[in-house]
Amino acid sequence: MFGDYSLGDLGAILAMQGFAGLILFSVYVLMALGLAIIFGQMGVINMAHGEFMILGAYVTWMTSTTVQHYAPWLFPGYFFIAMTLAFIASGSLGMLVEWAMIRHLYRRPLDTLLATWGLSLILQQAYRSVFGAREVGVELPDWMMGSWQATDSIQIPINGMFVMALTILITIAVSYVLFWSSWGKQVRAVVQNRVMAGAVGINTEKVDRYTFGLGCGIAGIAGSAFTMIGSTGPTAGQLYIVDTFLVVVFGGAASLLGTIASAFSISQTQSTLEFFMSGSMAKVITLLTIVAILMMRPQGLFALKVRK
Amino acid sequence: MIINSRFFNRSELIGFVSLAVLLFLILPLSLDIFRLNLVAKYLTYAFVGIGLVLCWGYGGILSLGQGVFFGLGGYCMAMFLKLEASSVANTKIQSTPGIPDFMDWNQLTAVPMFWKPFYSFPLTVLAIIIVPGIFAFIIGAAMFKRRVGGVYFAIITQAIAAILTILIVGQQGYTGGINGITDLRTLYGWDIRTDHAKFILYFVEVVLLFGCIIAAQFIRLTKLGRILVAMREQEDRVRFSGYSVANFKIFAFCAAAIFAAVGGAMFTLEVGFMSPSFVGIVPSIEMVIYTAVGGRMSIFGAVYGSLLVNFAKTMLSESFPQLWLFGLGGLFIAVVLAFPSGLSGIWADYVQPRIDRLLSSRKPKAAWTESSVADGAPAE
Repeated sequence: MFGDYSLGDLGAILAMQGFAGLILFSVYVLMALGLAIIFGQMGVINMAHGEFMILGAYVTWMTSTTVQHYAPWLFPGYFFIAMTLAFIASGSLGMLVEWAMIRHLYRRPLDTLLATWGLSLILQQAYRSVFGAREVGVELPDWMMGSWQATDSIQIPINGMFVMALTILITIAVSYVLFWSSWGKQVRAVVQNRVMAGAVGINTEKVDRYTFGLGCGIAGIAGSAFTMIGSTGPTAGQLYIVDTFLVVVFGGAASLLGTIASAFSISQTQSTLEFFMSGSMAKVITLLTIVAILMMRPQGLFALKVRK
Repeated sequence: MIINSRFFNRSELIGFVSLAVLLFLILPLSLDIFRLNLVAKYLTYAFVGIGLVLCWGYGGILSLGQGVFFGLGGYCMAMFLKLEASSVANTKIQSTPGIPDFMDWNQLTAVPMFWKPFYSFPLTVLAIIIVPGIFAFIIGAAMFKRRVGGVYFAIITQAIAAILTILIVGQQGYTGGINGITDLRTLYGWDIRTDHAKFILYFVEVVLLFGCIIAAQFIRLTKLGRILVAMREQEDRVRFSGYSVANFKIFAFCAAAIFAAVGGAMFTLEVGFMSPSFVGIVPSIEMVIYTAVGGRMSIFGAVYGSLLVNFAKTMLSESFPQLWLFGLGGLFIAVVLAFPSGLSGIWADYVQPRIDRLLSSRKPKAAWTESSVADGAPAE
């Protein structure tokens, strides 16, 4: 399959497909960041994570149509408003869910999987009832359209670079919050030893709630980014949830760096393979490779050395 | 006498007999053939449920990929039926007569190699057992030998379900694609679409189901079943006692896979087609739901759970299609939050004590109330 291309062509294809994979990479990273916080740090398996993402996507869509109708002069910058709103909407829903459901299940991780699956069904049907079963798409402002001509054969889409920059910013912010701020230290203390953390005066319930909310909020931002690569439908989130879990597990559940590295390798492998074969076969080969590697290295790429 | 043997204690015997009466007498006599066929369809999920009780309830291995094995069993059966349905006489309008119609549409001119064994019925029956068994063995050996368990196992089995679905949908010429294998007609010249055939198939299925129940009960009561429970509770202690934890897990996983495959094969016979929509992530998780609702520790619970949830699904989606997903989602959350041991837990906690009290007030000091031999209720 590589035979028909010269070496220079192959380089250009790799670069182009690489940049085409950027938005996919960003969605994966943002989804996986949220999941890495919820799953890697708290140990909760949130199967409804995709639905939190879709909530962000719907908020973005609503913002874009509202802005188009009532304040067209705001349209070039609507994306920033939409992202903030998406973060707030998904985050608050996440906190509500944590309060109503998740906090009763911290001792039974496998059961969180089943309960959040039930939640995802409810959310899907709620989206279908509210927004209709048809998929919706947003219009991008002019400055995000088009692409930047790097060389003769390489074009880089501008929205890809924008989302990429955004992802990097959010990643840095999240790692700052988790690893350097005092709140992040509290989160990690609660994760490592809930009882002791409570004993030294940390309000563990509050920490849990905000941690879950943060993870879901980032999923909402992922939804905003998602509106650029696909149309939003009630079940679109379900397509991504398994991939995202694989990204997190493949990277090593507790490691943010591993999550980013694995999101990068998975999305790039997939988008590069997609150039040479059908999309479904590209996906099968990517997933099979991940599963095979996970069977050889179950702790993931970047595992923290912990004593069990 | 059965009551004195340890195979069933008294309450289990009552459960066994009442289930037999329900499935062999009450349902066939009271339902018309359309509804009976629906019950037969629901019961195919009970096979998966029984497997999940062994592997998840007793072994603590949550597999979110049982749809894979259900599908493998179903596809094996569907391939045999499809080959029989596409005889040269039936397919003479095709450009290549004698091959399944979807292969003809996809420009294949010969039946591919891996379809060849399915010309023979004995090989097909063998394949229904062996293909999922070997597949489960490979997955299980690769994971459990490396001590992958719990959440990671659940996610990886889910990924495998996703992979198989994408593969089946993508390789349309070999598998029938998204439509699956349809238009199945006869089994050895015996038309499986008639009402009479459906009636007979129902009884075949119920007999097989009871075979599975007895096999599961047997596994549960032997030393193996107790090691499974011990493993679920304290895996390291079992390992330090000298047992190979991985091998027991592989066995439980393979047994669950084979049960699921039998269910899948019966599904193809009852419903008359097989498609990737019974293989993927969503059906796999739904199968776990049935088991959880029935009670993950109870073999009979799994059967009742499959029947009730599917019955509710049909009723609700017939009359309130909007509400069905709300209902299913809510049911699932409620079961997990409030009743972790499902319907059988409610029965054992609330109904059984009253019945016992009612009986013992009439007949005090009954000798049969000794607790069950390997009652694996999880330690609180």
